[in-house]
Amino acid sequence: MSSNATATVVRTGSGARFVIYTLLALFSLFYLLPLYVMVVNSLKPLSEIQAGGMMALPNEWTFAPWSTAWSTAQIGVEATGLRPFFWNSIIMVVPAVAISTVLGALNGYVLTKWRFRGDTIIFGLLLFGCFIPFQMVLIPMARMLGIVGLAGTVPGLVFVHLVYGIGFSTLYFRNYYQQFPTELVRAAMIDGAGFFTIFRRIMLPSSGPIAVVCIIWQFTNIWNDFLFGASFSDFDSQPMTVALNNLVQSSTGVKEYNVHFAGAIMAALPTLFVYIVAGRYFVRGLMAGSVKG
Amino acid sequence: MSQVAQNRRRKDWLREALPKIVLSPSLAMVLVFVYGFIFFTFYLSFTDSRILPSYGLVGWENYSKLFRIRAWDTAVTNLLIFGSLYIVICCALGLTLAILLDQKIRAEGFIRTIYLYPMALSFIVTGTAWKWFLDPGIGLQAVVRGWGWESFTFDWIKDGDMAIYTIVIAAVWQTSGFVMAMFLAGLRGIDNEVLKAAQIDGASNFALYRRIVIPQLRPAFMSAFVVLSHMAIKSYDLVIALTGGGPGTATELPATFMYSYTFTRNQMGIGAASATIMLMAIAAIMVPYIYSELREKK
Amino acid sequence: MGFLDIKNATKSYGAVKVLHETDISIEEGEFLVLVGPSGCGKSTLLNMIAGLEEITSGDIAIKGRSMAGVPPAERNIAMVFQSYALYPNMNVGQNIVFGLEMHGVPKPEREKAMNDVADLLQIQPLLKRKPGQLSGGQRQRVAMGRALVRNPDVFLFDEPLSNLDAKLRVDMRTELKKLHQRLKTTMVYVTHDQIEALTLSTRIAVMFGGHVQQLGTPKEVYDNPANMFVAGFMGSPSMNLFPARIAVENGQAVAETELADGTKVTLPFPKERGFAKHDGREIVLGLRPEVITDRDGADRTSQSVHVIDAHVDITEPAGSDTFVGTQLGGKAVTGRFRADVDVHAGQVFPFAINMEKAVAFDPKTEARIS
Repeated sequence: MSSNATATVVRTGSGARFVIYTLLALFSLFYLLPLYVMVVNSLKPLSEIQAGGMMALPNEWTFAPWSTAWSTAQIGVEATGLRPFFWNSIIMVVPAVAISTVLGALNGYVLTKWRFRGDTIIFGLLLFGCFIPFQMVLIPMARMLGIVGLAGTVPGLVFVHLVYGIGFSTLYFRNYYQQFPTELVRAAMIDGAGFFTIFRRIMLPSSGPIAVVCIIWQFTNIWNDFLFGASFSDFDSQPMTVALNNLVQSSTGVKEYNVHFAGAIMAALPTLFVYIVAGRYFVRGLMAGSVKG
Repeated sequence: MSQVAQNRRRKDWLREALPKIVLSPSLAMVLVFVYGFIFFTFYLSFTDSRILPSYGLVGWENYSKLFRIRAWDTAVTNLLIFGSLYIVICCALGLTLAILLDQKIRAEGFIRTIYLYPMALSFIVTGTAWKWFLDPGIGLQAVVRGWGWESFTFDWIKDGDMAIYTIVIAAVWQTSGFVMAMFLAGLRGIDNEVLKAAQIDGASNFALYRRIVIPQLRPAFMSAFVVLSHMAIKSYDLVIALTGGGPGTATELPATFMYSYTFTRNQMGIGAASATIMLMAIAAIMVPYIYSELREKK
Repeated sequence: MGFLDIKNATKSYGAVKVLHETDISIEEGEFLVLVGPSGCGKSTLLNMIAGLEEITSGDIAIKGRSMAGVPPAERNIAMVFQSYALYPNMNVGQNIVFGLEMHGVPKPEREKAMNDVADLLQIQPLLKRKPGQLSGGQRQRVAMGRALVRNPDVFLFDEPLSNLDAKLRVDMRTELKKLHQRLKTTMVYVTHDQIEALTLSTRIAVMFGGHVQQLGTPKEVYDNPANMFVAGFMGSPSMNLFPARIAVENGQAVAETELADGTKVTLPFPKERGFAKHDGREIVLGLRPEVITDRDGADRTSQSVHVIDAHVDITEPAGSDTFVGTQLGGKAVTGRFRADVDVHAGQVFPFAINMEKAVAFDPKTEARIS
């Protein structure tokens, strides 16, 4: 969708173009407004917000809300700031993304290049698994994590995200490998390469783009997850989203809006960063996850 | 000789089975943790489970109780309001933006980036930003009053009748850019020669879009509908962050209802029943979709 | 027993039988072409020889050794694919020796083999390039190189020239033929192009609907097609087929048919064809375009050239020849005239028909009558 070469041939007059640009600019404001509100208010003292100056630039610029949110804000009962939870999210996301991507690549490879009777049904089963309402698995998953001793731990969360992330990573690689010429695999078979050699030497070197798409998707999804984090973590293992929500919803004391905004930006920064740096792949992932592959 | 033959057979067997062996851990995980767990929850919905799972069967009692709970009624009504507005507005806005952006716009990539970035955010972040922006005490209402329009009132988020619409606003803000991207991809897939032919036939731009372009976006509408309805049914985080389900139970959705009945009110049987109904709703949408997608690919 | 034996082999996908009982046996050094329209089972058969598809029943043997259950890598075959199937992430040299590497050939030997093949195919300067940087013809060469370097028992080709433009295709065809003459290795080649089949092969298997319609030398297949399908498929423009009836006049078998205006014409068969025994039989008569010529273009060595005057419906100058259309037995019929014959649509013109080359088919079974 990035190429302008395919843009429409519809022609518009200059009056119409003025209207179009104005509309586009207005919608840009609509989408940017919350970001503006978050950034601006995270850099001003609380008193300016309370005085009704939410839309104004800070009179007095300050980074205090940021450092408060990061290291001293009250989360639940302890004044730890968001820092430990940021790290929780990181050590949760990295293995979950890595493992689900590797498994997805292998699954996609099997489902397209080593097809067997019933493989489409298996893929359908995997795929439906990522669309179910997760409320349906919360109760048994909580019990199972308790039984195996992973309840309230980061490894437990890694496991949960892995299980429910496999469907999507398989979807990405399957759709990608479907376009990958089967003749190459056959040529390699005749050349004497086996299952894993073909995967490593022939498939993987060409899988860069889809791996990026898959990693970005999984990273964004898992980082942004709230339901599993809220259900299966305890205080020490909360991910960033849960900690942020606790910070914002805490009913004790004065509501430090500026700190909340700073915290929200911190929770958003990693995914936003990825989006800015690799937006093309992010969009591809979104599309492949919804429309056809 | 027979040793060699045996080794050979073992090697053949391994070669044949290897792909399936590689696939099996994923399949096993999904069978147990998706389908096994679905079955377990389904089973629980027919039991007298309260704070912990229990296995005394009570038939349809949880379901009949569920339908008599006012909060569930509210949640379902809210989902219908929220879901239909969310889908309709997202599609309308997404389509409009896509058509506008498809007019050889300068800086198209940049504008697209702006429209789409909310999709990269967590619903908790979105909820937090909108929660305070819509808060009458400090947000939009306070700001406008501060500008001199003293009577300006915008307190939907505190108003039980209107709060559900603030969820719609925030959700549309987050997702409409994505819908735009889907429609834009659809627009870019339309054969330009058809448009040229229609122009030569004398079609105005309006007629061009209404008669030629939009009818060809059917697949994009279909995908958008499936994605959005599925997201609407699963909506949980945004409600928690934006309103917490309140004021009162004014913005309760099935997803939040299930969570609170199961984990805070210790009515696991009823929670399981509500989750089962959510699953049915999603399956009704997703199963035909996945089926048709996989079939046409064959 | 030949070098490559296909014995009663079949292939089914579920209830669908895509290849019916097939028997083909060729000797070492032969060039077998499997030709037919798409979906005829030719690629399936090739893949079965390669071991890329399992045989449903029957057997395939190479050098007398049954290939049942033998994986592709252990059949000592090499294959050139339609898309060339060059590994995009490896350079040309790596592509060529990948198979040797997989078979555990030590590096110095690989290098030597690579250089030999590169010299043979004159792709030495390309060795460090990636496939994406090559032209279609160069890729084709590299794909050949990858097959050659293995020094296999059998080369398999799956429509290797179909992705090239017309000019290059003819050049590569010639080169392939030279290569076969030099290497004398057994080759099996799949194509839908009947000219490739005729020019390259020592033996052709014409396939249609999962059946081998005819197996024979190019000359046999061209001159004596086993049935109407083979007659129509091989040769371009294809053989004229039109209804006629065998009659006997003065002890001489003739084919009776009619011109566009209903005038009866009789075309006498040569005596030695022995068609007299079919007196009165309805047939489909087959005449190749080059058998219908202008009077001076007719084959002087033939004893059975028969001239009829017919209405010219259309002329299509093709440079070296002019194709002239008329009607026989209610069907459009094309003759191949010399280019400088002065003939125009609308004329009544003499058509010289060489009945030595005529073939007759049964209208129901479509099989050739002899």
